Amino acid sequence: MVFLLVINSSYCFVVLILQGKHWWSKKLPNFRGTALGTIGHGTIWSWEFMQRGLDSQTKKQLEEEEKKIISEEHWYLDVPDLKEKESYIIEERSFLRCEDLVYGRMSFKGFNPEIEKLMIQMNSKCKEEEIEEDDKMEADVSDEEMARRYETLVGTIGKKFLRKRDQRVLKDDDEDDEVEEGNSNTRPNKRAKKMFLKPQD
Amino acid sequence: AGGGAYWVDSQQKRYVPVKGDHVIGIVTAKAGDVFRLDVGGSEPASLSYLAFEGATKRNRPNVQVGDLIYGQFVVANKDMEPEMVCIDSSGKSSGMGIIGQDGFLFKVSLGLIRKLLAPKCEIIQELSQLYPFELVLGMNGRIWVKAKTVQQTLIIVNILEACEYMTAEQRKQALAKLSGN
Repeated sequence: MVFLLVINSSYCFVVLILQGKHWWSKKLPNFRGTALGTIGHGTIWSWEFMQRGLDSQTKKQLEEEEKKIISEEHWYLDVPDLKEKESYIIEERSFLRCEDLVYGRMSFKGFNPEIEKLMIQMNSKCKEEEIEEDDKMEADVSDEEMARRYETLVGTIGKKFLRKRDQRVLKDDDEDDEVEEGNSNTRPNKRAKKMFLKPQD
Repeated sequence: AGGGAYWVDSQQKRYVPVKGDHVIGIVTAKAGDVFRLDVGGSEPASLSYLAFEGATKRNRPNVQVGDLIYGQFVVANKDMEPEMVCIDSSGKSSGMGIIGQDGFLFKVSLGLIRKLLAPKCEIIQELSQLYPFELVLGMNGRIWVKAKTVQQTLIIVNILEACEYMTAEQRKQALAKLSGN
Protein backbone atom coordinates (compact mmCIF):
# COMPACT_ATOMS: atom_id res chain seq x y z
CA MET A 1 0.00 0.00 0.00
CA VAL A 2 1.44 3.27 -1.04
CA PHE A 3 -0.03 6.37 0.49
CA LEU A 4 1.19 9.67 -0.84
CA LEU A 5 0.48 12.95 0.90
CA VAL A 6 1.91 16.03 -0.70
CA ILE A 7 1.60 19.37 1.03
CA ASN A 8 2.84 22.21 -1.09
CA SER A 9 3.82 25.19 0.94
CA SER A 10 6.24 27.67 -0.58
CA TYR A 11 7.74 25.10 -2.92
CA CYS A 12 8.83 22.86 -0.12
CA PHE A 13 7.69 19.28 -0.37
CA VAL A 14 7.13 17.17 2.68
CA VAL A 15 6.44 13.67 1.51
CA LEU A 16 5.20 10.84 3.69
CA ILE A 17 5.37 7.41 2.16
CA LEU A 18 3.81 4.35 3.69
CA GLN A 19 5.30 1.42 1.94
CA GLY A 20 5.24 -2.11 3.24
CA LYS A 21 6.33 -2.02 6.84
CA HIS A 22 8.38 1.16 7.01
CA TRP A 23 7.73 4.81 6.46
CA TRP A 24 9.85 7.92 6.58
CA SER A 25 9.58 11.57 5.80
CA LYS A 26 11.75 13.44 3.44
CA LYS A 27 12.37 17.09 3.19
CA LEU A 28 13.64 18.05 -0.22
CA PRO A 29 15.59 21.19 -0.82
CA ASN A 30 13.99 24.05 -2.69
CA PHE A 31 13.85 23.53 -6.35
CA ARG A 32 12.17 25.27 -9.15
CA GLY A 33 11.76 23.19 -12.24
CA THR A 34 15.03 21.34 -11.74
CA ALA A 35 14.97 17.76 -12.82
CA LEU A 36 14.63 15.54 -9.80
CA GLY A 37 16.34 12.91 -11.81
CA THR A 38 19.63 14.57 -10.98
CA ILE A 39 19.32 13.43 -7.40
CA GLY A 40 20.62 9.93 -7.79
CA HIS A 41 18.40 8.19 -5.23
CA GLY A 42 16.68 4.96 -6.27
CA THR A 43 13.65 5.43 -4.08
CA ILE A 44 12.67 8.67 -5.76
CA TRP A 45 12.25 6.89 -9.05
CA SER A 46 9.90 4.40 -7.50
CA TRP A 47 7.38 7.09 -6.54
CA GLU A 48 4.40 6.72 -8.77
CA PHE A 49 4.33 10.18 -10.21
CA MET A 50 7.87 9.74 -11.45
CA GLN A 51 7.16 6.70 -13.58
CA ARG A 52 6.87 8.56 -16.86
CA GLY A 53 10.51 9.17 -17.29
CA LEU A 54 11.68 5.63 -16.70
CA ASP A 55 12.40 2.85 -19.15
CA SER A 56 10.60 -0.41 -18.86
CA GLN A 57 13.82 -2.13 -17.93
CA THR A 58 14.61 0.07 -15.06
CA LYS A 59 11.02 -0.25 -13.96
CA LYS A 60 11.37 -4.01 -13.82
CA GLN A 61 14.58 -3.74 -11.91
CA LEU A 62 13.01 -1.47 -9.38
CA GLU A 63 10.03 -3.80 -8.93
CA GLU A 64 12.27 -6.77 -8.38
CA GLU A 65 14.28 -4.93 -5.84
CA GLU A 66 11.13 -3.93 -4.02
CA LYS A 67 9.90 -7.50 -3.95
CA LYS A 68 13.19 -8.71 -2.58
CA ILE A 69 13.16 -6.20 0.17
CA ILE A 70 9.59 -7.04 1.12
CA SER A 71 10.00 -10.82 1.06
CA GLU A 72 13.13 -10.69 3.13
CA GLU A 73 11.44 -8.61 5.73
CA HIS A 74 8.31 -10.78 5.96
CA TRP A 75 8.41 -12.84 9.09
CA TYR A 76 6.99 -16.31 9.25
CA LEU A 77 6.66 -19.01 11.85
CA ASP A 78 9.10 -21.84 11.48
CA VAL A 79 6.73 -24.26 13.13
CA PRO A 80 5.10 -27.41 11.69
CA ASP A 81 1.42 -27.19 10.83
CA LEU A 82 -0.98 -27.94 13.65
CA LYS A 83 -3.75 -30.38 12.85
CA GLU A 84 -7.16 -29.11 13.76
CA LYS A 85 -8.81 -31.60 16.03
CA GLU A 86 -12.44 -32.42 15.54
CA SER A 87 -14.41 -30.78 18.23
CA TYR A 88 -17.06 -32.89 19.89
CA ILE A 89 -18.45 -29.99 21.82
CA ILE A 90 -21.44 -28.19 20.37
CA GLU A 91 -22.76 -25.08 21.98
CA GLU A 92 -26.51 -25.42 22.42
CA ARG A 93 -28.52 -22.96 24.37
CA SER A 94 -31.79 -24.80 24.60
CA PHE A 95 -32.57 -27.73 26.86
CA LEU A 96 -35.14 -29.00 24.40
CA ARG A 97 -32.52 -30.85 22.41
CA CYS A 98 -31.00 -32.51 25.43
CA GLU A 99 -33.98 -33.70 27.37
CA ASP A 100 -37.22 -35.14 26.14
CA LEU A 101 -39.48 -32.46 27.52
CA VAL A 102 -43.23 -32.71 27.48
CA TYR A 103 -45.51 -30.00 26.13
CA GLY A 104 -46.00 -27.22 28.62
CA ARG A 105 -49.77 -26.89 28.54
CA MET A 106 -51.63 -29.50 30.56
CA SER A 107 -55.05 -30.16 31.91
CA PHE A 108 -56.20 -32.87 34.31
CA LYS A 109 -59.47 -34.60 35.11
CA GLY A 110 -61.29 -32.98 32.25
CA PHE A 111 -60.86 -29.39 33.31
CA ASN A 112 -60.17 -28.26 29.75
CA PRO A 113 -61.06 -30.97 27.23
CA GLU A 114 -59.39 -29.25 24.28
CA ILE A 115 -56.11 -29.16 26.08
CA GLU A 116 -56.44 -32.77 27.09
CA LYS A 117 -56.86 -33.71 23.46
CA LEU A 118 -53.86 -31.60 22.64
CA MET A 119 -51.81 -33.33 25.30
CA ILE A 120 -52.46 -36.71 23.76
CA GLN A 121 -51.64 -35.40 20.34
CA MET A 122 -48.44 -33.64 21.34
CA ASN A 123 -47.09 -36.37 23.49
CA SER A 124 -47.73 -39.05 20.95
CA LYS A 125 -45.88 -37.02 18.36
CA CYS A 126 -42.87 -36.78 20.61
CA LYS A 127 -42.64 -40.42 21.54
CA GLU A 128 -43.83 -42.35 18.54
CA GLU A 129 -43.52 -41.48 14.88
CA GLU A 130 -46.51 -40.43 12.85
CA ILE A 131 -46.91 -44.00 11.67
CA GLU A 132 -48.83 -44.53 14.87
CA GLU A 133 -51.40 -42.00 13.87
CA ASP A 134 -52.08 -43.77 10.61
CA ASP A 135 -52.72 -47.01 12.43
CA LYS A 136 -55.10 -45.31 14.78
CA MET A 137 -57.35 -44.33 11.90
CA GLU A 138 -59.85 -47.16 11.68
CA ALA A 139 -61.39 -47.38 8.26
CA ASP A 140 -65.14 -47.62 7.95
CA VAL A 141 -64.80 -49.49 4.71
CA SER A 142 -62.26 -52.30 4.42
CA ASP A 143 -59.56 -52.27 1.77
CA GLU A 144 -61.13 -55.07 -0.25
CA GLU A 145 -64.42 -53.33 -0.52
CA MET A 146 -62.67 -50.20 -1.68
CA ALA A 147 -60.87 -52.10 -4.42
CA ARG A 148 -64.10 -53.66 -5.64
CA ARG A 149 -65.86 -50.34 -5.66
CA TYR A 150 -63.11 -48.69 -7.63
CA GLU A 151 -63.05 -51.47 -10.18
CA THR A 152 -66.64 -50.89 -11.16
CA LEU A 153 -66.30 -47.14 -10.73
CA VAL A 154 -63.59 -46.85 -13.34
CA GLY A 155 -65.72 -48.71 -15.84
CA THR A 156 -68.84 -46.66 -15.31
CA ILE A 157 -67.08 -43.32 -15.47
CA GLY A 158 -65.09 -44.42 -18.49
CA LYS A 159 -68.29 -45.18 -20.33
CA LYS A 160 -69.52 -41.68 -19.69
CA PHE A 161 -66.73 -40.19 -21.75
CA LEU A 162 -67.14 -42.38 -24.83
CA ARG A 163 -68.85 -41.06 -27.88
CA LYS A 164 -72.49 -41.93 -28.23
CA ARG A 165 -71.83 -44.40 -31.02
CA ASP A 166 -69.31 -46.25 -28.89
CA GLN A 167 -71.65 -46.29 -25.96
CA ARG A 168 -74.36 -47.93 -27.98
CA VAL A 169 -71.89 -50.42 -29.41
CA LEU A 170 -70.58 -51.32 -26.01
CA LYS A 171 -74.06 -51.96 -24.74
CA ASP A 172 -74.85 -54.34 -27.61
CA ASP A 173 -71.57 -56.15 -27.26
CA ASP A 174 -71.97 -56.58 -23.54
CA GLU A 175 -75.30 -58.22 -24.02
CA ASP A 176 -74.17 -60.50 -26.89
CA ASP A 177 -70.64 -61.49 -26.04
CA GLU A 178 -70.81 -62.35 -22.40
CA VAL A 179 -69.57 -65.88 -22.88
CA GLU A 180 -66.64 -65.10 -25.18
CA GLU A 181 -63.13 -64.49 -23.89
CA GLY A 182 -61.63 -61.09 -23.38
CA ASN A 183 -59.46 -61.04 -26.51
CA SER A 184 -62.16 -61.94 -28.94
CA ASN A 185 -64.38 -59.38 -27.32
CA THR A 186 -62.19 -56.51 -28.37
CA ARG A 187 -62.00 -57.45 -32.02
CA PRO A 188 -65.71 -57.53 -32.74
CA ASN A 189 -65.95 -54.27 -30.81
CA LYS A 190 -63.43 -52.59 -33.06
CA ARG A 191 -65.00 -53.94 -36.19
CA ALA A 192 -68.36 -52.83 -35.01
CA LYS A 193 -67.04 -49.37 -34.32
CA LYS A 194 -65.45 -48.91 -37.75
CA MET A 195 -68.09 -50.44 -39.92
CA PHE A 196 -71.37 -48.86 -40.64
CA LEU A 197 -74.19 -50.79 -39.14
CA LYS A 198 -76.99 -51.16 -41.55
CA PRO A 199 -80.27 -50.29 -40.04
CA GLN A 200 -82.62 -53.21 -40.23
CA ASP A 201 -85.62 -52.58 -42.23
CA ALA B 1 -33.61 -37.05 22.82
CA GLY B 2 -30.25 -37.55 24.56
CA GLY B 3 -28.85 -40.38 22.52
CA GLY B 4 -25.26 -40.35 23.69
CA ALA B 5 -25.01 -36.66 24.46
CA TYR B 6 -23.74 -35.29 27.73
CA TRP B 7 -24.61 -31.84 28.92
CA VAL B 8 -24.02 -29.65 31.88
CA ASP B 9 -27.16 -29.11 33.92
CA SER B 10 -27.14 -25.97 36.01
CA GLN B 11 -29.57 -24.26 38.28
CA GLN B 12 -30.59 -20.75 37.52
CA LYS B 13 -33.39 -18.37 38.27
CA ARG B 14 -32.91 -15.82 35.54
CA TYR B 15 -34.23 -16.79 32.14
CA VAL B 16 -32.34 -16.22 28.90
CA PRO B 17 -34.54 -16.36 25.78
CA VAL B 18 -33.79 -19.32 23.57
CA LYS B 19 -35.21 -20.03 20.15
CA GLY B 20 -37.93 -22.67 20.21
CA ASP B 21 -38.72 -22.37 23.90
CA HIS B 22 -42.36 -22.09 24.95
CA VAL B 23 -42.83 -19.33 27.51
CA ILE B 24 -45.53 -17.40 29.30
CA GLY B 25 -45.37 -13.70 28.60
CA ILE B 26 -47.23 -10.76 30.10
CA VAL B 27 -48.40 -8.06 27.69
CA THR B 28 -46.97 -4.75 28.82
CA ALA B 29 -47.67 -2.51 25.85
CA LYS B 30 -49.31 -2.32 22.48
CA ALA B 31 -47.19 -0.49 19.94
CA GLY B 32 -49.07 -0.30 16.68
CA ASP B 33 -48.99 -3.76 15.16
CA VAL B 34 -46.79 -5.31 17.73
CA PHE B 35 -47.24 -6.28 21.36
CA ARG B 36 -44.47 -5.98 23.91
CA LEU B 37 -44.27 -8.95 26.24
CA ASP B 38 -42.37 -9.32 29.43
CA VAL B 39 -40.80 -12.77 29.50
CA GLY B 40 -38.47 -12.36 32.42
CA GLY B 41 -35.39 -11.83 30.28
CA SER B 42 -33.22 -8.81 29.84
CA GLU B 43 -35.40 -7.34 27.12
CA PRO B 44 -39.11 -7.38 26.40
CA ALA B 45 -40.06 -9.64 23.54
CA SER B 46 -42.11 -8.53 20.59
CA LEU B 47 -45.17 -10.35 19.27
CA SER B 48 -46.86 -9.40 16.04
CA TYR B 49 -50.63 -9.39 15.97
CA LEU B 50 -50.53 -11.56 12.84
CA ALA B 51 -48.77 -14.35 14.67
CA PHE B 52 -51.99 -15.85 15.96
CA GLU B 53 -54.03 -18.58 14.36
CA GLY B 54 -56.61 -17.15 12.00
CA ALA B 55 -55.42 -13.59 12.39
CA THR B 56 -55.60 -11.24 9.46
CA LYS B 57 -55.23 -7.52 9.13
CA ARG B 58 -58.93 -7.09 9.63
CA ASN B 59 -59.41 -9.89 12.12
CA ARG B 60 -57.18 -8.85 14.97
CA PRO B 61 -56.76 -10.93 18.11
CA ASN B 62 -58.31 -9.51 21.24
CA VAL B 63 -55.21 -8.88 23.32
CA GLN B 64 -55.19 -6.33 26.12
CA VAL B 65 -52.39 -5.02 28.27
CA GLY B 66 -51.94 -7.37 31.19
CA ASP B 67 -53.01 -10.51 29.36
CA LEU B 68 -51.03 -13.71 29.61
CA ILE B 69 -49.78 -15.28 26.43
CA TYR B 70 -48.24 -18.69 25.83
CA GLY B 71 -45.98 -18.63 22.81
CA GLN B 72 -42.62 -19.69 21.46
CA PHE B 73 -39.56 -17.80 20.35
CA VAL B 74 -38.63 -17.58 16.70
CA VAL B 75 -35.73 -15.20 17.17
CA ALA B 76 -33.70 -15.19 20.34
CA ASN B 77 -30.05 -14.25 20.30
CA LYS B 78 -27.98 -11.85 22.28
CA ASP B 79 -27.77 -9.30 19.49
CA MET B 80 -31.43 -8.84 18.77
CA GLU B 81 -34.64 -8.26 20.59
CA PRO B 82 -36.43 -11.59 21.04
CA GLU B 83 -39.48 -12.22 18.91
CA MET B 84 -42.35 -14.53 19.72
CA VAL B 85 -45.18 -16.13 17.84
CA CYS B 86 -48.29 -18.00 18.88
CA ILE B 87 -48.49 -20.37 15.94
CA ASP B 88 -46.25 -23.25 14.99
CA SER B 89 -44.58 -23.91 11.67
CA SER B 90 -47.74 -25.33 10.10
CA GLY B 91 -49.80 -22.30 11.02
CA LYS B 92 -51.79 -23.95 13.81
CA SER B 93 -51.95 -22.56 17.28
CA SER B 94 -51.53 -25.99 18.99
CA GLY B 95 -52.29 -24.68 22.44
CA MET B 96 -50.49 -21.37 22.17
CA GLY B 97 -52.13 -17.99 22.37
CA ILE B 98 -53.93 -16.03 25.04
CA ILE B 99 -54.31 -17.84 28.33
CA GLY B 100 -57.81 -17.43 29.67
CA GLN B 101 -59.22 -15.51 32.57
CA ASP B 102 -58.68 -16.29 36.23
CA GLY B 103 -55.99 -18.60 37.40
CA PHE B 104 -52.79 -17.78 39.22
CA LEU B 105 -49.35 -16.96 37.84
CA PHE B 106 -46.21 -17.48 39.87
CA LYS B 107 -42.51 -17.85 39.38
CA VAL B 108 -40.20 -20.75 40.18
CA SER B 109 -36.63 -21.60 39.32
CA LEU B 110 -35.79 -22.95 35.90
CA GLY B 111 -34.53 -26.26 37.22
CA LEU B 112 -37.93 -27.05 38.69
CA ILE B 113 -39.65 -26.38 35.39
CA ARG B 114 -37.41 -28.83 33.66
CA LYS B 115 -38.07 -31.38 36.35
CA LEU B 116 -41.81 -30.89 35.95
CA LEU B 117 -41.58 -31.17 32.19
CA ALA B 118 -39.71 -34.44 32.30
CA PRO B 119 -41.59 -37.26 30.58
CA LYS B 120 -42.88 -39.08 33.64
CA CYS B 121 -42.90 -36.55 36.38
CA GLU B 122 -44.13 -37.91 39.67
CA ILE B 123 -45.15 -34.54 41.00
CA ILE B 124 -47.49 -33.91 38.12
CA GLN B 125 -48.87 -37.40 38.25
CA GLU B 126 -49.59 -37.17 41.95
CA LEU B 127 -51.15 -33.75 41.63
CA SER B 128 -53.38 -34.86 38.81
CA GLN B 129 -55.00 -37.34 41.19
CA LEU B 130 -56.14 -34.58 43.52
CA TYR B 131 -58.67 -32.49 41.66
CA PRO B 132 -59.27 -31.25 38.13
CA PHE B 133 -57.11 -28.32 37.22
CA GLU B 134 -55.29 -26.74 34.34
CA LEU B 135 -51.60 -26.01 34.24
CA VAL B 136 -49.35 -24.06 31.90
CA LEU B 137 -45.59 -24.27 32.33
CA GLY B 138 -43.36 -21.69 30.71
CA MET B 139 -39.67 -22.36 30.23
CA ASN B 140 -38.98 -18.94 31.66
CA GLY B 141 -39.85 -20.13 35.14
CA ARG B 142 -43.49 -19.03 35.12
CA ILE B 143 -46.34 -21.34 35.98
CA TRP B 144 -50.05 -20.62 35.59
CA VAL B 145 -52.58 -22.69 37.48
CA LYS B 146 -56.32 -22.67 37.39
CA ALA B 147 -58.67 -24.88 39.40
CA LYS B 148 -62.34 -24.72 40.21
CA THR B 149 -62.05 -22.82 43.46
CA VAL B 150 -59.53 -20.28 44.67
CA GLN B 151 -58.57 -22.51 47.56
CA GLN B 152 -57.74 -25.45 45.31
CA THR B 153 -55.71 -23.18 43.08
CA LEU B 154 -53.69 -21.91 46.00
CA ILE B 155 -53.07 -25.41 47.30
CA ILE B 156 -51.62 -26.45 43.99
CA VAL B 157 -49.49 -23.32 43.85
CA ASN B 158 -48.08 -23.97 47.28
CA ILE B 159 -47.25 -27.57 46.51
CA LEU B 160 -45.49 -26.68 43.29
CA GLU B 161 -43.46 -23.99 44.95
CA ALA B 162 -42.53 -26.16 47.88
CA CYS B 163 -41.75 -29.36 46.01
CA GLU B 164 -38.47 -27.94 44.85
CA TYR B 165 -37.07 -28.42 48.29
CA MET B 166 -39.12 -31.34 49.51
CA THR B 167 -38.12 -34.93 49.23
CA ALA B 168 -40.46 -37.41 47.62
CA GLU B 169 -41.70 -38.74 50.96
CA GLN B 170 -42.46 -35.33 52.36
CA ARG B 171 -44.40 -34.54 49.25
CA LYS B 172 -46.41 -37.73 49.45
CA GLN B 173 -47.20 -37.03 53.08
CA ALA B 174 -48.40 -33.56 52.24
CA LEU B 175 -50.57 -34.82 49.42
CA ALA B 176 -51.98 -37.59 51.57
CA LYS B 177 -53.06 -35.01 54.14
CA LEU B 178 -54.75 -32.99 51.45
CA SER B 179 -56.60 -35.82 49.86
CA GLY B 180 -57.63 -36.92 53.32
CA ASN B 181 -59.27 -33.51 53.76
